[in-house]
Amino acid sequence: MSALASPMALRFEPGRVIAWLLLFGGGLLMVTPLAFMFATSLKDSSEIYDLAFFPAHPTLENYVTVLSDGRFLRWFLNSFGIATVVTLSNVFFDSLVGYTLAKFQFRGRYLVFIAILSTLMIPTEMLVIPWYVMAKNFGWLDSYWGIMFPGMMTAFGTFLMKQFFETVPNDFLEAARIDGLNEFAIFWRIALPLVTPALSALAIFTFLSNWTAFIWPLIVTTSKELYTLPVGLTSFAVESQVQWELIMTGAALATLPTLTVFLLLQRYIVRGVVLAGLKG
Amino acid sequence: MNVSSSRVDARSGARLWSGLGMRQKQVLWAWSFLAVPVLFYAVVRFYPTLEAFWIATTNWNLLTKPSFIGMANFKRLMADPVFWQVFRNTALYLLLGTPISLLLAFIIAYHLDRVRFLHGFIRALYFLPFLTTAAAMAWVWRWFYQPVPIGLFNNILAWLGIAQQPFLRSTTQSLPAVLAPAIWAGLGFQVVIFMAGLRAIPTTYYEAARIDGVSNWTILRRITLPLLKPTIVFLVVFSSIGFLRIFDQVYNMTSQTSSDPGGPLNATKPLVLMIYQTAFSSFDMGYAAAQTVVLFLVLLAVSLLQLRLLRDR
Amino acid sequence: MRGFRGMLLGLMVSVGAIAGAKAQTVEIEYWQYVFDARVKAMNELIKRFEAANPTIKVKQTTFPYADYQTKIAAAMPAGQGPDVVQLFYGWLDNFVGAKFIQPLPRDAFPPAMIEKDFYPIVSAMKRDGEYYALPTAVRSLALFYNKKLFQEAGLDPNTPPKTVEELLDMAKKTTKRDGAGNMLSAGITLDFPGQDYHWWRETLLRQNGGQPYSDDNKTVTYNSEAGAKSLNWYADLQRTHKVGQVGFMDEGQAAFRAGRAAMTIDGSFRLGAFGGIKAFEWGVAELPASADGKKANFASYWVNAITTKPTGEKLEAAKKFLAFVTTPEAMQLWLETVGELPARKEAAETEKNLNHPVYGPFLKALGYSHATVFVDEMAQRQVSLDMINRVLLQNQDAKAALADAAKAEQAILDRFYKK
Repeated sequence: MSALASPMALRFEPGRVIAWLLLFGGGLLMVTPLAFMFATSLKDSSEIYDLAFFPAHPTLENYVTVLSDGRFLRWFLNSFGIATVVTLSNVFFDSLVGYTLAKFQFRGRYLVFIAILSTLMIPTEMLVIPWYVMAKNFGWLDSYWGIMFPGMMTAFGTFLMKQFFETVPNDFLEAARIDGLNEFAIFWRIALPLVTPALSALAIFTFLSNWTAFIWPLIVTTSKELYTLPVGLTSFAVESQVQWELIMTGAALATLPTLTVFLLLQRYIVRGVVLAGLKG
Repeated sequence: MNVSSSRVDARSGARLWSGLGMRQKQVLWAWSFLAVPVLFYAVVRFYPTLEAFWIATTNWNLLTKPSFIGMANFKRLMADPVFWQVFRNTALYLLLGTPISLLLAFIIAYHLDRVRFLHGFIRALYFLPFLTTAAAMAWVWRWFYQPVPIGLFNNILAWLGIAQQPFLRSTTQSLPAVLAPAIWAGLGFQVVIFMAGLRAIPTTYYEAARIDGVSNWTILRRITLPLLKPTIVFLVVFSSIGFLRIFDQVYNMTSQTSSDPGGPLNATKPLVLMIYQTAFSSFDMGYAAAQTVVLFLVLLAVSLLQLRLLRDR
Repeated sequence: MRGFRGMLLGLMVSVGAIAGAKAQTVEIEYWQYVFDARVKAMNELIKRFEAANPTIKVKQTTFPYADYQTKIAAAMPAGQGPDVVQLFYGWLDNFVGAKFIQPLPRDAFPPAMIEKDFYPIVSAMKRDGEYYALPTAVRSLALFYNKKLFQEAGLDPNTPPKTVEELLDMAKKTTKRDGAGNMLSAGITLDFPGQDYHWWRETLLRQNGGQPYSDDNKTVTYNSEAGAKSLNWYADLQRTHKVGQVGFMDEGQAAFRAGRAAMTIDGSFRLGAFGGIKAFEWGVAELPASADGKKANFASYWVNAITTKPTGEKLEAAKKFLAFVTTPEAMQLWLETVGELPARKEAAETEKNLNHPVYGPFLKALGYSHATVFVDEMAQRQVSLDMINRVLLQNQDAKAALADAAKAEQAILDRFYKK
């Protein structure tokens, strides 16, 4: 796998064994908080003060309590729906813009590119106040659209897609043009399928960051019915008056979906995150 | 949307369209693709940016009309002791967070890169926290930091016979205590990026060095680190921006029913939390906007400085 | 001329009101923060109100406490939000100042009636001769104690402390530590941002001969000998006697509920939450008096007010609804569901209520309670919180901490009263 591993793999070296053990131990430490969270969510309230890791009488009681009024399900669906719509919008528009900037020759191209890129320098925290004012004026406060509109396109995604489209050979596109396909069809049917790894990377990154987004949904929503999962969890944790077993159950419910998806699609997710990170 | 409208245009002006040359058609296509995005960037990014600068020069509580007060908000900021405390905290998040997490991530990646046995599993262990929701994990960590009998850390200390630590209830320990979950959650991302960077270094360099009998340490210093520079630059900038914008962890670990967000005694309050409170608890929009301008300038300065420093060397 | 016009106007209004009532039902919106028992009680009141007034519909909307003010401030300027709103009495000036609420119409709520029937603490709702809001219920503080822990410490489970000295003594006896001296169970919870900051300001301070504010409420007066004495006494519970610890179990109420604290000072609104405790029996007592028998307590309340939003028939509906939720009947229901005390004397001081083992101590306190007039409750609370943190976390001298706090709080008062 690695450059250095192959010539020495067969020799026994105590140093490497120790390194492996340390790495492995460190890895276990990394997941300890998650493990405690899940273990505690299975405990009865009387048990949370004794520090045994495993619950003596595992129970799903906490999950029943937390899920019974349906609000977690609602928040889950909100988060899922919002992250999905925003991701689809980003995948479509970011690649459309990236493609246009990479493959079309026209005046103003460079200006548009620089303008979009420059928005990367503006922290979203600087925009929340104007966005809030905008949402208030347009009546978008406390609505799904209000949560979603700032993130429908990102400079990061555009830049990522532009870089990938630049690697697509022009010959392919020319051939399609000669076949009489219009420009949108060339983009949609020829160019886009050539950059699927980048698309999935962008989709994973966008979905994840919207799934965990906190400050903007916190500001823009007022009704509980519209909370996203992180915001809902915060309000739930405060309301539960420090009943840790319930808070841990809520936290576990907020964490479970991404962990499950990760365990199923580990390879793609890591690759996608690396791709988005390095090229973006 | 832009596509269908351009199709309609094309049909109605069919004759006009066929009269256009290849290049002109391309230009029209390009702008029709860009129409909605350009509008979006203008309305949702550029206009709000200018508006933020404008609001920063006003006194405005959302209820009345904003009144122009020039640089008064910035003067008030400079004279506000809480702002300087917050500024110091934000710098601490950055100056502690970035080096610690990068150093840890590099050590892990460097060794993990050489591991074959259970490689994928160990990588997954480090990567998992990156996928968690900060708001949720903040509560888990908050629970860990409690005094005995419920807090995990203090119970371990008690078991080892070491004195109890106040963690979140201390003006000195609370900031590192809030920072820890942020480092923890970001580590996996940095590890996989570092590993990708390590993989990209051509094997031939190492082989040549090994034939020359160079020590591992020298290889690391002379070959690995210089060739990793683009990766390091990226990670330093990326994680610095992250730590400068820390919010979720602080908000969830320090506020409660009897709330003291950013406490105790403002010891954990970062700039973004101050902005949030000024804007959305006190509705002092002008003052909050002035704080966002400072955040913008800090981010700009830090990114430029780091790019400069790391590029030059 | 004037009479005629007035008559005409009256006629038009009443015709309009009748026509409106017949034509359609009026919907008004009611907001309060989330607290299970309160929401439940209000749902029941709305049900009864709607049964009596079939043409009016009331929609209840609730928010978490932490966001509550923010949400109102965001909704009101946009012309959204409630017609009748519940607010903490300490927020009144902010709400009046921001023009969120209007004075109570004198026809439905004559000031003379309010002053005759309600407890005098309600006068804190009066500004320039107009009342702006009325409470359904009031609350005071009391001492909750864990009978099981008392018994284990060899104390009589039916004799709670009567003076602060007894309190300290019993707290010492009931505190439990492990071998290393770590607290396992507190004698008394120390939770300043909970209710202790009221306990200190309105009880301990006064018992030591101090006064928190000047009579016109415009000047901070706790930066005094009595202030230092009372603050030191409180801080010594942790510093010297180690019978309590700030942050133990995160919140005082959590420690008490988990059976990890022998005593806690809390409000009557906590009765509902503590009602769910099954692992031990608990009792309620009046706040301990000072050694020379001086008693003092803090009363606070949530009030209902009519916002500036409703006009015409909505305003009429809002008036009816507000009148309904402040009837003795509504108050008794509130007492039984939420555990908060009736704001009308006749409803509160029934034989049954006064002798009630749980409500009794709270009700008796209403006679010697003070309601602090806050101008910005959140900011003033933060000042107190910072003060105790300086003393307990940074070992600042009580006098210096009081001086800092007084300065900061005076600045808040000055900014407000200058307006």
